[in-house]
Amino acid sequence: MPTPAPALLIEGLTKDFGPVGSLDGRMVRVLDGVGLSAARGAVTVLLGANGAGKTTTLECAQGLQRADAGSVRLLGEDPWRASPRLRARVGVMLQEGGLPPSVRPIALLRHVASMYRAPLSVDLLAERLGLVGFGAVSIRRLSGGQRQRLALACALVGRPEVVFLDEPSAGLDPQSRTIVFDLINELRADGLAVILTTHLLDDAQRLADYVYILEGGRTVAEGTVADLTADQDADGLRELEYETVPGLTLPTELLPHLQQSEPGPGRYVVRGALTPRDVELLAGWWGANGVMPTAITMAPRSLEDVFLDISGRSIR
Amino acid sequence: MSTRPTPGRRSPALEPRPSGAAAALGTRVVRHGSYEALGMLRNGEQLVLAIVLPLLALVALVITPLLDGYGGSRIDVAAPGVLALCTMSTAFTGQGIATGFDRRYGVLRFLSTTPLGRSGLILGKAVAVAVVLAVQLVVIGGTALLLGWSPMPGGILPAAVLLLLGSAAFTALGLLVAGTLRPEATLAVTNLVWILLAAAGGVIIPARSLPEIVQGFVSVLPSAALGDGLRDAFLDGALDPIASLVLLAWAVLASLAAIRWFKWS
Repeated sequence: MPTPAPALLIEGLTKDFGPVGSLDGRMVRVLDGVGLSAARGAVTVLLGANGAGKTTTLECAQGLQRADAGSVRLLGEDPWRASPRLRARVGVMLQEGGLPPSVRPIALLRHVASMYRAPLSVDLLAERLGLVGFGAVSIRRLSGGQRQRLALACALVGRPEVVFLDEPSAGLDPQSRTIVFDLINELRADGLAVILTTHLLDDAQRLADYVYILEGGRTVAEGTVADLTADQDADGLRELEYETVPGLTLPTELLPHLQQSEPGPGRYVVRGALTPRDVELLAGWWGANGVMPTAITMAPRSLEDVFLDISGRSIR
Repeated sequence: MSTRPTPGRRSPALEPRPSGAAAALGTRVVRHGSYEALGMLRNGEQLVLAIVLPLLALVALVITPLLDGYGGSRIDVAAPGVLALCTMSTAFTGQGIATGFDRRYGVLRFLSTTPLGRSGLILGKAVAVAVVLAVQLVVIGGTALLLGWSPMPGGILPAAVLLLLGSAAFTALGLLVAGTLRPEATLAVTNLVWILLAAAGGVIIPARSLPEIVQGFVSVLPSAALGDGLRDAFLDGALDPIASLVLLAWAVLASLAAIRWFKWS
């Protein structure tokens, strides 16, 4: 059986910016041969630190930027020369939303809907995204989460086959987050190609069918979350977390090949290729120093570890 | 204030149906034009610029002797100039400022990803300018008629041609400023240029009555071409070919420059 063509196919995408904005007046290479493909009925996540090239990649795919080299095919067409027909099949949620602050939310959604021949029902979509009741308020008075939900509604109202979501969970309160994540899962189930960027590893781990890790304008790793986090080491454990009194002096010389930190008061994380011998040494150190852990968790390799291994730095 | 969102419940709003198609080009442009026109007419500052200031100018020109000696009654000389002022305020200043801030907020980028597209967005803005200008013509022209304005009937068609060319030229100039400068700078530049042209650009006071040293320069400005052209049309019923050509040249050059230098983000 032939595999269906991907909704989005990017090969060798290169993009230079400048000289405006660059300090020395030279062109800056923002994308340096990015390749990715996004299937229908799947959530494809572009993961990377700020400045890795995620947004520029999306903008080239959306037709907002023109590729300097390489090829971008969106539903088989060149997005830079997108026809209204192609644009009607693609929904876009920009990072800053692209929402006019003086307009009322539902009025904007109705206006965007009016660009399509058979849009979704504005009332039902507004209800589903919790936007009812803002009739008399302008967009500038909405919270960050409400704006994100409105931008998402604007991306979906035209019944797209492909949706681009640039940092959809930025600024979301927990309630909005649940709504947005449920919706993304539904879109996938409906057969849409969902392409989103995030710098939050939790989001990627929760949503992604397929992950591309971007670093310095290149795709440095790709795969399913399971592929990427599958460990080369036999034991497969990469993280040990324990809780006890805050402010311990960490035994770095005892476990020199592991990273140790106290990310929250009294919460300690030991990260790296953990062996049974390391666990024994740590427990011995607790005993010798009268430290009683109140909780101990062992975790396999996370996307964060993958990112750390590839780039040698934390994503945040 | 808000209804509680309903996580987990599948709503008919999201049920898959055949993929959406774009509304027809004309529909998209007219819908976007009326959306932007309503936005401009609902905005207080824009209304001051579009209606209140021109009305004040009209009344001031009728009760002061500023325009005495140009032939015809005060109102006959004043009304065409004030209509030219309206065109500048709507097409250049109002539209430029709105576009500049839409660009800052990413609204232009977002709308260009919808079936409206970049060209539909620009066409829609032109429609919005035409709609607001029509409202101004009714309000300002109506007030002028009440004040005793008696335009030559034969001048209406030439005036319409000039207003169309003038709108095109000033809309393109407004887009050029909005697409190349920061919105704060656009705000400052379009307001300053509006004041300068209104005072000394041949809009209200005919170019030929300005100091001789600046006459040649002023007469090739779009403001003078529109102001003097409209006065000729309404006072004499004639279409001024030079004014028309000047406006056409500004419209073409400013459009080409805007296409070349306009930045969407």
